[in-house]
Amino acid sequence: MIDQDKLYSIWVYLQAEPLFWLTLTIGSYLIADMAYKKSNLFPLLNPVAMSVLIVSLILILFNIKYERYFDGAKFIHFLLGPATVALAIPIYKNWNLIISNSKAILISLILGSTFAILITYTLSLYLELPKELIMSLLPRNVTAPIAMGISEIIGGIPSLTAIITILTGVVGASLGVFVFDVMKLKNMDARGFSLGLTSHGIGTARAMSRNKNAGVYAAVGMGLSGLLTSILVPLFLKII
Amino acid sequence: MLKSVFIILLYQLIGELFQKFFGLSIPGPVIGLVLLLLTLLLIQKRQKVVPIKEDLFNSAEILLNYLPLLFIPLGVGVVMHLSLLEDNLASVVFVIILGTLSTLALTGYIMEKILRKKTLVD
Repeated sequence: MIDQDKLYSIWVYLQAEPLFWLTLTIGSYLIADMAYKKSNLFPLLNPVAMSVLIVSLILILFNIKYERYFDGAKFIHFLLGPATVALAIPIYKNWNLIISNSKAILISLILGSTFAILITYTLSLYLELPKELIMSLLPRNVTAPIAMGISEIIGGIPSLTAIITILTGVVGASLGVFVFDVMKLKNMDARGFSLGLTSHGIGTARAMSRNKNAGVYAAVGMGLSGLLTSILVPLFLKII
Repeated sequence: MLKSVFIILLYQLIGELFQKFFGLSIPGPVIGLVLLLLTLLLIQKRQKVVPIKEDLFNSAEILLNYLPLLFIPLGVGVVMHLSLLEDNLASVVFVIILGTLSTLALTGYIMEKILRKKTLVD
């Protein structure tokens, strides 16, 4: 017979320790990532979305407070800041490409990023969304670490921004090709750049898997739009 | 490895301090990103070798390879806001889909137009 009391006391020990939550977070990600790769990078099986789903279900099922989970998982969360700084490296590596095509890149970057903010704000206002939800939506087209940082500063909810950002990436990565085909847009550089600017890392991964040039331009679009948007969003809110 | 980790942390720290000191509404790590990029470009412009370049590139690559993993802890925080999301789910999905597709189309269109002009001039 299994001793119920003993099992319970082990569970009490486990859920109070960071070790368990760290292992769970990395384990869920590994499983989700494996499924994603097995599916040939099917966008709807996004590994982050799946891991968030797995961990959330476990928290809800066992009635565990989010704060307790985060207390363990914060060691992973801490790396988000350094990873944001590290985004300087891919921009630096592609600097010559940015300079050689600076006019096309700069104009598309400024107009695209501004439009992304305007359309999100206008639609949200029209649908009468609550203010904190609008603030969580505004930086949705840039890479999650930057988007969550912006969200926190402007009074959004970073957790919601994370989910919204992933959803934006998934939509862009899965439907982008159709949009471009309908528009008869053939230029791979333009396709890639637009995917990176609109759907950050998820769009960039998609572009890279299809065409090398598109992938490089996507990485450039993702990096630069992250930078510009973190300036534009607070500025936009000051103006209106 | 340790040197490049130190550099990355140092730039984040400077970025955070910069943000606090000037009361900027740009995230500290993003300021750190810009400062690191400027440093690298400045060193390159003076035609000097970037010290610990390989090391820095490697560490950055490792960090960025696991980038998706790093936003799971905050992402799970969505469990605290399920009702807010549930009440507005259709609207949020609508904003995301329409916003994303229109931005994709516009950005791609503008860039292709400029690139085509450029090839014609060339």
